[in-house]
Amino acid sequence: MTIGGAGALSGAGTGGTVLEVRDLRVRIAARHGTVRAVDGVSLEVARGEAVGLVGESGSGKSMTLRAIIGVLPPEAKVTSGQVLLDGVDLVPLSNSDLNRIRGPKISMIFQEPMSALNPVMRVGYQIAEGPRVHLGYSKAQAAERALELMRRVGIPDPERRFRAYPHEFSGGMRQRVMIAIALSCEPEIILCDEPTTALDVTIQDQILRLLASLCRESGVSLIFVTHDLPVVAQLCQRVAVMYGGELVERGHVHDVLLDPRHPYTLGLVRSAPDVEYVRESLVPIPGSPPSLVSPPSGCRFHPRCAFVEQDCRVQPTPLRELPGGRYTACLHYERCEEALADRIRP
Amino acid sequence: MTEPLLSVSDMAVSFTVGSRLAASIKHEQRLLRAVDGVDLDLAKGEALALVGESGSGKSTFALALAGLRPADRGQIKFDGRVLPSRRSSADQQRIQMVFQDPYSSLNPRLTVGGMLRELIRVHHIVPQGQADSYCKELLRLVGLDGEAMRAYPRQFSGGQRQRVAIARALVLKPDVLVADEPVSALDVSVQATILNLLADLRAELGLTLLLISHNLAVVRHLCDRVAVMYLGRIVEVAPTEQLFADPRHPYTKGLLAAIPRLTADPVREADEGPAVVGDPPSALRIPVGCRFRTRCPIAQQRCEFDDPLLTAAPGSPAHRAACHFAFEGAIDAPPAGQRAAVPGKGD
Repeated sequence: MTIGGAGALSGAGTGGTVLEVRDLRVRIAARHGTVRAVDGVSLEVARGEAVGLVGESGSGKSMTLRAIIGVLPPEAKVTSGQVLLDGVDLVPLSNSDLNRIRGPKISMIFQEPMSALNPVMRVGYQIAEGPRVHLGYSKAQAAERALELMRRVGIPDPERRFRAYPHEFSGGMRQRVMIAIALSCEPEIILCDEPTTALDVTIQDQILRLLASLCRESGVSLIFVTHDLPVVAQLCQRVAVMYGGELVERGHVHDVLLDPRHPYTLGLVRSAPDVEYVRESLVPIPGSPPSLVSPPSGCRFHPRCAFVEQDCRVQPTPLRELPGGRYTACLHYERCEEALADRIRP
Repeated sequence: MTEPLLSVSDMAVSFTVGSRLAASIKHEQRLLRAVDGVDLDLAKGEALALVGESGSGKSTFALALAGLRPADRGQIKFDGRVLPSRRSSADQQRIQMVFQDPYSSLNPRLTVGGMLRELIRVHHIVPQGQADSYCKELLRLVGLDGEAMRAYPRQFSGGQRQRVAIARALVLKPDVLVADEPVSALDVSVQATILNLLADLRAELGLTLLLISHNLAVVRHLCDRVAVMYLGRIVEVAPTEQLFADPRHPYTKGLLAAIPRLTADPVREADEGPAVVGDPPSALRIPVGCRFRTRCPIAQQRCEFDDPLLTAAPGSPAHRAACHFAFEGAIDAPPAGQRAAVPGKGD
């Protein structure tokens, strides 16, 4: 997996790109109008790389994930854009074509494993189902494969646990079962929708380490959606920040989180208490997230932004490349550097 | 040290779970010991944090402290007086609570004004004629304007609801505010406003705060002292900076090591094992001896039968830990040969 390693570092190794999202737009029909849930999101994921997608609730991060794997709610639709998995566009594919890809090529882990697992089916069979359907394994082969996966994700005593039901597992163990199912057909990329949010910090630590070791050892790629910035720093090489359905900043994890170039990222970093660095008082982001039915003109963050100028209110703000391979949507990103003076750099 | 404002000794709270028939067939324990002998002091004006994993009994402890759930044993001494198990409304008034979820803890059919006025009427806080001006002043204190009086909870965002919940707790002029995970249901950018509000209120009103949280970053930001709870018992308590700089209980060490950090280096840390192995045991089957021994990296023979007491550090009485090896300097280098077998990662 040398290509993957190089690709992960440069962030754009062309040979190593597994998934490319181009200008994705998702609209949801609601009573009070059309919600522009995802508005022109572009992402690239290299082989073996973990990419974080962060934002507040309602920023469109989960919708982006669901659009990628084609499991949007019925009222939501992809209106434009491409999702290229190994060069094949998933957007126009029919559900039955997608079903052949989900599992062996791309899979997903959800936040709440209890509602994602089948409560009346033994977990071993749930893990074995993928290999049986997609890889044509016999019942015995699939069971053997399930046991191997359970061992790999760290479920103790897999022979006994094979016949257990999800309710007999703890939250962390259920999430391990979810990961085993996601891995069962050796996908190239796993989409993770806040998989550790419902877990305790010690269990979260175990799951993050498991995911990191899977990336490293089997070269699987991850897109990891969360609102928790330190979690991203722990697992991901690159991160994209979402606000109001758009990407506002993208780049290497340490650049973006420790030295942001967008006032929204800066706001997120400064509003969350940090366990290593105690500040006098936290700086909240004023106001509330924008309506996605009629989003603000110009930069969507401008009504809440401390650095707002006249041009922010009118001019559209697509991502622009900055030196060092990072991107920002802010027209006045230099102001972030000055504001960072009160923060201790490690 | 002066007399603490609130002093809890040997408190225990348990529940009976499951059906009697199923338990008799499967020979299962039905008594869930959620809080299992907790001693804790709160000094006037201090902010104490209670941290621990889910199921450690921290919320149950808070409910018992606020008088919302009966305790099996133990006593609560408030202002030098033992509170009876059935509290008078005057006693009830002095310890108030803010709950985790502002969506379910406010009555959806009462306006904010209605909620506050009801409390004022029942507890005779101020004369009826002054009720409105008192409410408005209170709302201003938590950062809402007087217009909020006529609004229903559904008209507010999560952060504003939590402000209403805090106003409701403060309306009775309590001495102690117990906040059970007050920000964990809120969005990151809103959490800061509520944390700042709690800090301001504490400074302004001289409130004593018991903050229950699983988020150690929040705790470090807001509290003077931290108590770490594990399976119904406090395993370590210390002034905040001391706890973060020099944790002594192996569980506290693990808990601190497990916190994701913004400055993390995934490549460097990838090869280390997890901070704490396994899942916490069920509170129905608390291990004999030291309750942390099934997950403890330094567990020894002695821990299997000898339940460690919360003992003070030599020379630093404010720092106490419940581990046989907490203050021996033995935590970092356990004698390799004497390690007890750690029974798996079973839950």
